[in-house]
Amino acid sequence: MSTKAAIINRLKKEILPLQGFKSTLQNVALNGLLGPVVKAFPNNSFPLGAIHEFISDGATDTASTNGFISVLLHKLMKKKGVSIWIGNTATIFPPALKSFGIAPGQIIFIDLKKEKEMLWAMEETLKCEGLSAVIAFIPELGFTASRRLQLAVEKSKVTGFIVRQNPRNINTTACITRWKITADASKPLYGLPGLGFPRWHVELLKVRNGQPGKWVIECKGGKFIPVYETLSAPLQIRKTG
Amino acid sequence: MIITSANVLAKAEGAARNMPLADARAVIPGLQYFDDPPDLHNKLLNGLAEWFIRFTPAAAVDSPDGLLLDISGCAHLWGGEAAYMAEIENRMKAFGYDIKLGIADTIGTAWAIARFGNDTSIVEPCKQTEALLSLPAAALRLEFEILERLDKLGLQQINQFINMPRTALRRRFGEDILLQIDKALGFEMEMIQPVIPAEPCQERLQCLEPIVSAKGIEIALERLLEKICTKLKREEKGLRKAVFTCYRIDGKIEQIEIGTNSPTANTGHLFKLFALKIETITPALGIELFVLTAEVTELVTAGQERLWDDPDMLEDSALSELLDRIEGRIGANHIYRFVPAEHHWPERSYQPAASVFEKVQSEWKVERPRPVQILPKPELIDVTAPIPDYPPMNFRYKGKLHKVTKADGPERIEQEWWLQEGRHRDYYAVEDEEGARYWLFRSGHYDATNSYAWFMHGFFA
Repeated sequence: MSTKAAIINRLKKEILPLQGFKSTLQNVALNGLLGPVVKAFPNNSFPLGAIHEFISDGATDTASTNGFISVLLHKLMKKKGVSIWIGNTATIFPPALKSFGIAPGQIIFIDLKKEKEMLWAMEETLKCEGLSAVIAFIPELGFTASRRLQLAVEKSKVTGFIVRQNPRNINTTACITRWKITADASKPLYGLPGLGFPRWHVELLKVRNGQPGKWVIECKGGKFIPVYETLSAPLQIRKTG
Repeated sequence: MIITSANVLAKAEGAARNMPLADARAVIPGLQYFDDPPDLHNKLLNGLAEWFIRFTPAAAVDSPDGLLLDISGCAHLWGGEAAYMAEIENRMKAFGYDIKLGIADTIGTAWAIARFGNDTSIVEPCKQTEALLSLPAAALRLEFEILERLDKLGLQQINQFINMPRTALRRRFGEDILLQIDKALGFEMEMIQPVIPAEPCQERLQCLEPIVSAKGIEIALERLLEKICTKLKREEKGLRKAVFTCYRIDGKIEQIEIGTNSPTANTGHLFKLFALKIETITPALGIELFVLTAEVTELVTAGQERLWDDPDMLEDSALSELLDRIEGRIGANHIYRFVPAEHHWPERSYQPAASVFEKVQSEWKVERPRPVQILPKPELIDVTAPIPDYPPMNFRYKGKLHKVTKADGPERIEQEWWLQEGRHRDYYAVEDEEGARYWLFRSGHYDATNSYAWFMHGFFA
């Protein structure tokens, strides 16, 4: 039996690259960044050249989501890369991106309001090879639209992030993952008053060929530091009988 | 009545330009005279300038009595400048015109030599100063008042004042004299306005049968683009702005226009830009003529290929082509790139770049924490805060009460009084029980009369 399972495992691993899950240098950098989260992904590697969907329930969630994406973006863009930000971009404060290590001058903002135009612009930009990433604020994303976007990235290998703030209904999409990032109370530094480093509840709600999960992550100087204490909190003792 | 011009014979007898006719008739009893129809010299000069197209493509009228010819690259066809000049002189003489010619590197010197030069009429390259030295001050195309003042000071010849300090000349005679000297010597650019303007880069396609289908228009556009792009490539130029004009049989004209971010001669890309707009053309009964005009072209600077360097994606042609496409569909005023601005007031701390390819000049400031999400306009909130300047204990935003657990601040940002008057802001970064972080500020000092207000301005990551 064990040999059979091993064979199936090996075959699964061989299938993954064919499905587009390939390891590149950038993957390695991102995997180092994400720490325990990578275990959730197929092939233990963050999928690039795919669409990632983020659900947010309000402005503060969107801020946390943007922070999370910005840390990833820093690794994706390196020094001279360019990424494109689509949607209601008036809410982004470009100088703040610099503190995540991103050069705000390397980001091109496309300020759009209409859903149809946003989807068109996103598809068009995702087709442009060489871009580091495309981020879009699109609240409603139908299955067909997400399928189109996924097909576009499969060819160009650009990574796309879609932030859906207050979506009317959370429908099925062709996106490879679905995340939800919410804020968590920070821990004061060395017992000093004031704000500590930002902490996020990172929920991986869906991942194709992977294992969804939940983590608490602290963002410290552009790096993710997993926080284990909340996870190892004593379980409530339940009595049965 | 005043004499506007006189022929050689009359001049020999003593008649001259600007002389009252009565005086001239007193000197020369048998003088014949005619009325000078208004605008005659302009008409004549225009006609002559057009006739000079056989000598040079760029001929311009220099009112009231001259023509300017740009003969760069023309004289050798007649076997040198001397032969070229002799040919022109002979042809004009055959028409009955007495002309004087001057050839020089600059318009100013040629003008002076043609009117005031006596022995030589061809100035060697870069010898303008020498040629001008012996000429009178009037050869510099100066205004009458300046000439008079020069004359009063005894400065009749150019060599008497051309080497004077510029500041002295400017103080005495104004900016104009320096400008004219620079123009004559070639330190200042001067352009001529040819009577037949340079042909824009244009291609035409006549159709035997009127075109009514979108496919037909596409084919026509493709052919024209191919022609124009080969032409541009040969000249090492790229297209920035182009207009595609369709002439319909019923006399109406349909036009579509495109612009690009960087000069390009890529047929495929230009076609894609036009293709977004083809549907706006109404062919009606049919289109019989297509014209493609390259309105603005620029030299393409071929960048050196880099193999090992990490290339800047901003300079990538794929990106500029992508932006062209998006601009073509939804308009240019939706695309931004931000560069830092030297202001500490948050709303003014960044500004849109003048173009997508503008380099970032100054540094982004990161000393103080700034929120990722910002409200374009700060929103008024209710706050409970210990006086006078402690961070808030709780605040109400959009109907929800948030209890502040941790806070940083205040960070005071003063108004930039040279730009705007108003109250300063004391910013606090606060965290509520759920861990969400907000950027709040109190506008103005705390005072008991309650003239201050609290605002929500952003959300930290």
